[in-house]
Amino acid sequence: MLEAIKSEIEANVSGCRLEVVPNSSPSGQHSLLIDCERALAVARFLRDAAHLRFDYCSNVTGIDWPGKEIVEKEKIKKLVDGVEQEVEEVRKTQSAGHLEAVYHLYSMEKKHGPVILRMRTKNRSDQTHLPSLTPIWRSAEFQEREIFDLYGIVFDGHPDLRRILMWDGFEDHPMRRDYVEPDDYEYEPTPHDEVLEKSKQHTHGVRAR
Amino acid sequence: MSTATEAVRLIPKPTDSHECQLLEVSMGPQHPSTHGVFRMDVALDGERVVKLKPVFGYLHRNHEKIAETESYLGSMPYTDRLDYMCSLTSNWAYALAVEKLAGIQVPERAEYLRVITAELTRLQNHASLIGFLLQDMGASGTPLMYAFREREKILDLFEALTGARMMCNYMRFGGCRVDMPAGWLQQAQKVVDAFPRFLDEYEQLFTENEILMARTQGVGVLSGELAVNAGITGPMLRASGVNYDIRKVDKYGIYERFAFRVPLGDHGDVYDRYMLRMLEMRESVKILQQALRDIPPGPIMDPKTKIRGFRPKAGEAYGRTESPKGELGFYLISDGSSNPYRYRVRPPSLVNLTVLEGMCLGQNVADVMAILGSVDIVMGEVDR
Repeated sequence: MLEAIKSEIEANVSGCRLEVVPNSSPSGQHSLLIDCERALAVARFLRDAAHLRFDYCSNVTGIDWPGKEIVEKEKIKKLVDGVEQEVEEVRKTQSAGHLEAVYHLYSMEKKHGPVILRMRTKNRSDQTHLPSLTPIWRSAEFQEREIFDLYGIVFDGHPDLRRILMWDGFEDHPMRRDYVEPDDYEYEPTPHDEVLEKSKQHTHGVRAR
Repeated sequence: MSTATEAVRLIPKPTDSHECQLLEVSMGPQHPSTHGVFRMDVALDGERVVKLKPVFGYLHRNHEKIAETESYLGSMPYTDRLDYMCSLTSNWAYALAVEKLAGIQVPERAEYLRVITAELTRLQNHASLIGFLLQDMGASGTPLMYAFREREKILDLFEALTGARMMCNYMRFGGCRVDMPAGWLQQAQKVVDAFPRFLDEYEQLFTENEILMARTQGVGVLSGELAVNAGITGPMLRASGVNYDIRKVDKYGIYERFAFRVPLGDHGDVYDRYMLRMLEMRESVKILQQALRDIPPGPIMDPKTKIRGFRPKAGEAYGRTESPKGELGFYLISDGSSNPYRYRVRPPSLVNLTVLEGMCLGQNVADVMAILGSVDIVMGEVDR
């Protein structure tokens, strides 16, 4: 089904690059990776095409894929003590990683689905913009706000993009894999485990009272 | 990024005219009718609501982050705390998503146990919701106490079956935790048989009650079209006349075996939402009668499923159920390790609040409480 939808989108939305992301789990829920420039057109087509009518966007969520260390080994010829030798050189680079937004679409009219859309940001640091699909499905409004809050994806075109669960003055994005919680010590009457260790650092081992 | 940090200005620029002075009211977070710690920034023009912005997060504990550090089984008790009125349906939604992720089959008796517990949960949720709704509208005490009297009988059944009244932690991947004790089925039958009598009594009190009708009819109207687009699910969607019940659409579990109808509303107002829940309870009683009659003997756990040290293959799955509040879904990504790489709850309570402002605009401030009460939210699920 997904392949058919893919070719239909390609026929109807000009210049759209799509990619099927396979899912190896028994659920068999494969997804479509859509390109961000044409995302709104793709979404509008899926919602309005008479035989598809994905009028209901159920679940919207973010995923963090941090960069991985890529180890490349290369054999180069070098002069060692005047003799040419083959030396293996190891180069380590860090891939940028990306953030992902996932949309689960169903059709209430045709009672079919899900079709799963994915969008990826270019990296996790400065290019974290994605187009908002709230103009197409209002159900994304709070859920995109939540992704912005917890993952830091900025949705362009969202009508009211503010933090939703954390407070306005909060700075980081807690659902990121590399999030470190701030060391905000508070007096704890019965500390134990990690909290005890933390309170020891702050009170230099001296318990109050 | 400026949109994120700027607080929303509710009050428009002051004008010279005295007529358009707006009053800013912060409703909540500590108020009995906000159903938990929930706040609304409301701007009023006299009695009329001209702006309403919901404020969330007072109960936020990053349930999803905690689940990423827990084993798959370890998250099951946490799902009880999402919608603490309906822990059994939350259990089921999570178990269903994991079963999809790992391709687990559930034995028949366990499927029946799931249906029985889920429909009992729906009964007590809808009954108490109506009680709360009437309480919010000033019918102090009686409706809620009547509902709680019935709810107590169902909670007693839960306690006998699972060991807990509210935090049941009952379902497992591939079945249920324990089988029913001796005499439980008869007791459940008794409660279910007596329930329609309670509904008759309840309806006699309220359905044609003049005050209820005056307060709720034509209040908080939501069109079917907007409801679909805004992702509204559950009784609220069906009260707007959209026929979409996941028990019928997905036929998860064994719901295709039961004969029941999906009640639909006409007007999408608060009264329809009240009435729809009344009718849904009668349908749930029908399902329960059939399930209690047909439940077969047999195992309650899939013998091939390893509960401890459970490691599903890498992949992802989205499983959804019709919880009493709407579509409760779990989206899981496995990387092959013993805890999920990503664990996401699709909370019906939060998404159903998307249209709250639209429903309240132009209404009287006293109606806000009735509209909010008819949405049916639980903050444990909204804020996670």
